[in-house]
Amino acid sequence: MFPLEERIYRMRCVEAWSMVIPWVGFSLASLLKKVAPNSRAKYVAFETLYDPQKMPGQENRRLGGGIRYPYVEGLRIDEAMNPLTLMSVGLYGKTLPPQNGAPIRLVVPWKYGFKGIKSIVGIKLLEQQPPTTWNLLAAKEYGFYANVNPNHDHPRWSQASERRITSGGLFSRNRIATLPFNGYGEEVAALYQGMDLSTYY
Amino acid sequence: MVTVKKLRLYTRVWIYQRITKPMKNNNKVFLLKSFIHLAALLPLINLYWQAFADQLGADPVERVIHFTGIGSLNLLLITLCVSPLAKIIKQGYLLQTRRLLGLYAFVYAVFHLINFLAFEVQFDGALFISEVIKRPYITIGMAAFILLSLLAITSLNRLKRKMGKSWQTLHNYSYLLVVVVTVHFYWSVKSELTSPLLYFLLCFIVLAFRLKKLKRSF
Repeated sequence: MFPLEERIYRMRCVEAWSMVIPWVGFSLASLLKKVAPNSRAKYVAFETLYDPQKMPGQENRRLGGGIRYPYVEGLRIDEAMNPLTLMSVGLYGKTLPPQNGAPIRLVVPWKYGFKGIKSIVGIKLLEQQPPTTWNLLAAKEYGFYANVNPNHDHPRWSQASERRITSGGLFSRNRIATLPFNGYGEEVAALYQGMDLSTYY
Repeated sequence: MVTVKKLRLYTRVWIYQRITKPMKNNNKVFLLKSFIHLAALLPLINLYWQAFADQLGADPVERVIHFTGIGSLNLLLITLCVSPLAKIIKQGYLLQTRRLLGLYAFVYAVFHLINFLAFEVQFDGALFISEVIKRPYITIGMAAFILLSLLAITSLNRLKRKMGKSWQTLHNYSYLLVVVVTVHFYWSVKSELTSPLLYFLLCFIVLAFRLKKLKRSF
């Protein structure tokens, strides 16, 4: 139904590390076009599988890292329709392993990694902005948009640069400057024209 | 020539003597200190060996920072357990191991700071300074490091003698230190709160033994 392709994206975590990852997947846009959203669909909401038997951390907040489950995320409809936004089913040429979000996950390369919700079981089209997990936990630290922005620091660390994770152990020195929209500004900056990105972080 | 038979005999005699004669306190301290050296150094050597060999998972930088940080806090807590323990089991010689434990807490803290400086900010001096000033959890971590350094330096016998009574006053700040380090840990975590809270409980326990002393100073 959706032909798979490999996309090599930079992944920038909100905790100031980054990685280059070859994903396998298809554009979310091609999925959304099938359901033909009407003009009232302003946002897209995603939900992770809630299955404490398979994912024991979901039952116990202390084991599960202190966040509420199921994990929920969302995008504005124009962000979701952007050709860069990927529904991924694999990486490094293989099917997604459970810890990377099997069977299907979201990848939004110009946003911080936590926007990439894993093991998706529900997608809804909404008129209102949906709640998102990390924003519910600490709104001052994690916004709804979460676009990679070197000029807007996280309260506990600078976002101006990042540590690129590669192989090679401790001595592969690799702190590099962080680019606005993780270097995908040409493709996505227009989505946010006229918006104050330090208010809508 | 020493034969295998003779060696065996000597070993047996040595073991027999160890069992029948009570060990001198000096020897106990020597054994304990040897154990502390091994128990503190081997994990550290193993950590860096694995990190350089790229055997610490995807992000070795995070791993070495966390390992040395939590290691330092563990050693601080153990150091503060020594004197209550010596009192409870009435083994005064245990106090002679306390300085070494405290110094290893300092060694781990030095590696923790070096990890952050060398591998996290990668010698970007401006970034390092701005992080220390802007991020409260790093600010108090740095303050704790300075205090711990003072305690380590003044652990030299010569300085201890020179300082007289003020030495004890300075070293009483180790109670504050362990709490500040725990707050540093608590503020640094993203969302998981169980382990920082457990460490607050441990702080409370080691400080509970000093209630009288703490009351006197306030």
